[in-house]
Amino acid sequence: MSELAGDSDVVASSGPGRRLSAFLFRHRRLQLGGLLAGPIGWLAIAYLGSLAVLFLTSLWRLDPFSGKVIHDYGLQNFEELASNPVYRTITIRTVGTAAAVTAACALIAFPIAYYMARIATDRTRRLLVIAVLMPLWASYLVKVYAWQILFQRDGLLDWLLSPFGLSSPFEISGTAEWKQYAAVWITFTYLWLPYMILPVYAGLERIPSSLLEASSDLGGRSGTTFRRVVLPLAFPAVVAGSIFTFSLTLGDYITPQLVSSTQFIGNVVYANVGIANNLPFAAAYATVPVAIMVVYLVVARRLGAFEHV
Amino acid sequence: MTERPLTRWLLRIVTWLVLVFIYAPLVVIVLYSFNARRTLNWPLEELTLKWWGKAFDNPGVRDALWTSVKAGLGATAIALVLGTLAALAVSRYAFFGRDTVSFLLLLPIALPGIVTGMALNATFNTAGISLGMFTIIVGHATFCVVLVYNNAAARLRRTSRSFEEASGDLGGDTWQTFRRVTFPQMRSALLAGALLAFALSFDEVIVTTFTAGPDQTLPIWILANLARPNQLPIVNVVAVAVIVLSIIPVWIATRLSADTTSSRSVAREITEP
Repeated sequence: MSELAGDSDVVASSGPGRRLSAFLFRHRRLQLGGLLAGPIGWLAIAYLGSLAVLFLTSLWRLDPFSGKVIHDYGLQNFEELASNPVYRTITIRTVGTAAAVTAACALIAFPIAYYMARIATDRTRRLLVIAVLMPLWASYLVKVYAWQILFQRDGLLDWLLSPFGLSSPFEISGTAEWKQYAAVWITFTYLWLPYMILPVYAGLERIPSSLLEASSDLGGRSGTTFRRVVLPLAFPAVVAGSIFTFSLTLGDYITPQLVSSTQFIGNVVYANVGIANNLPFAAAYATVPVAIMVVYLVVARRLGAFEHV
Repeated sequence: MTERPLTRWLLRIVTWLVLVFIYAPLVVIVLYSFNARRTLNWPLEELTLKWWGKAFDNPGVRDALWTSVKAGLGATAIALVLGTLAALAVSRYAFFGRDTVSFLLLLPIALPGIVTGMALNATFNTAGISLGMFTIIVGHATFCVVLVYNNAAARLRRTSRSFEEASGDLGGDTWQTFRRVTFPQMRSALLAGALLAFALSFDEVIVTTFTAGPDQTLPIWILANLARPNQLPIVNVVAVAVIVLSIIPVWIATRLSADTTSSRSVAREITEP
C-alpha cells in the first residue's frame, strides 16, 4: 500500500465514507433505494400527486354566487360536459382533428422515411435525419406564428395563389368555418410531422433486406412486396409515431388560438383557469384527453407499437 | 426488393418537397425579421437591421430572456440529478417494476400538455403555492427528467459493467468507482441530455402558461405580444432569436452523442423515449 499512500482517495477512504460505501456494497437493495428515492419521489409527488389532485378537483364545484370552490364531491362537471352540445362539439372537433392530423402525418412521413431508410446513401441518410430532427426542436410557438404569418390576408399564400385567380384555402378568421379547420389541420400536421417521420424511419430500417429478397424470390412484385411485407412490418412504427401526433394535438390550445377562431378542448380548459376561474370545470375537461390517451395507448400496445421501441 | 427507377425518383422528389415544406415557414420568418415595414404583407419591399437593434434594447425582451435562462438552468439542474440517478438504477440493477420507472418518467411528456399544465395548476392552487419562478422550474423539471434519463440510460446500456467490476476488484469503493469509472463514461451523454433538457425548457409554452403566473418566459412574452400590432417587428426578431437559441444546444447535443451512436440511434433516443 505504501506506493499508494500519496493518493488522497485511498487515505480518505479508510474513514466513515469507506465504511458507508462497504455497507452499501453489501446491501444492494439499499443502494438501489438511494438511487430511486429522488427521481421516483419527485415524480410521485410532483406528477402523480398532481394528477390525483386534478381528478379530485374535477369532482368539486364552483359556488355560482361567491365564485369559491366548494369541496363537495359529485359528477356535475362531467354531466355538464356530456349533456351540453357546445362541449360535445368541441370534444368531437378536437378528437377528429387529432385523427386527421395523424393520418396526414402518416401519409407524408411514409415516403420520406422510406427514402431515408432504404434508398438514400449513408451520408445523405445522416444529413436527412439531422434535417428532420433540427426543426423538431426549433421553437414550437415560433412555428405556429410562422403559419399565422403565412395565412395572413395579403400574406405569402395569397400572393402565391393570386396569379391563378385563387385565394388561400386557409383562413384565420372569417365566415367559412372549413377554411379555419384547414388552417388548424395544416399547422398541426406541420408541427408534428418530424415526430412521425423519425419512428417510421427507424421502423423501416429495422426490416431485414433478406425478407424483401425472399418475397421477390417467391414471385412477389414490388407492389405486392410493399403491401404484404413492408407495410405490415412498418405498421407498429406508424402507430408509435401516431401516439405523439395524436397526444400533442389533443393537448394543444395555442395553435387553434393563433391560426383560427375555433375552440379546442385546451382552449376551454385554459379559459376556465384564467378568465372564468372555474378550476373544477377546467380540471374535469382536462381529464377527457387523459381518458382518450389511456384508451389510445392500450390499443397502440395491442397493435405492437411498444415492441421494438 | 429493388425499387424501380421511377419509384426511386418519385420518392426523391417527395423527400425534397417535404423538406421544403418543413423549412419554408422558418425561412419566411427569418426574412420577416428584416422587414422594414410594420405590416405582414408579402412580398417584402425593403430589408433593414433596425428591428434587431431595437429588440436587443427592449427591456421586456431582456427580462423575459433572463427569466427563461433562469428557469432553464434550474430545471436542467434538477433533471440532471434525477435523470442520472434513475438511469443508474434502471441500467445497473434488476428489480421488480423496472419498466414502470421508465414509464413514469415518460408520462409527463406523453400525456397532452394541457393535462400536465392543468394538473400542476390545480395542485399549486390547492396547496396555496403562488405561481412564479419556483412553479415554472418544478413544471419544467418534471418533463425534462426523461431527456437526461434517456441519454444516460442509452449510454449505460452500451458501456460494459466489467470496468466497474474491475474498479471494485482493485479496491475502489462505490463512490470512487462512480467518480472515476462510471461518470467519465457517461459525461458526454449527460451533457447532451442536459442540453436537450435546457432546449425543451427554453421552448415550452403550454405547461408554462399554467404555471408561470405573472412571470414571463421568452415564449410567453412572444405569446403576449402577438396581440399587439405595434410590437410586431420586435416579435419577429425575437422569434428568430428563439429558433437559433433552441437549435444551437440541440445541434451540439447531437454532435456529442454522435461519437458513439449512428444517426439512427440518435433519432431513436430523441424521439422514442
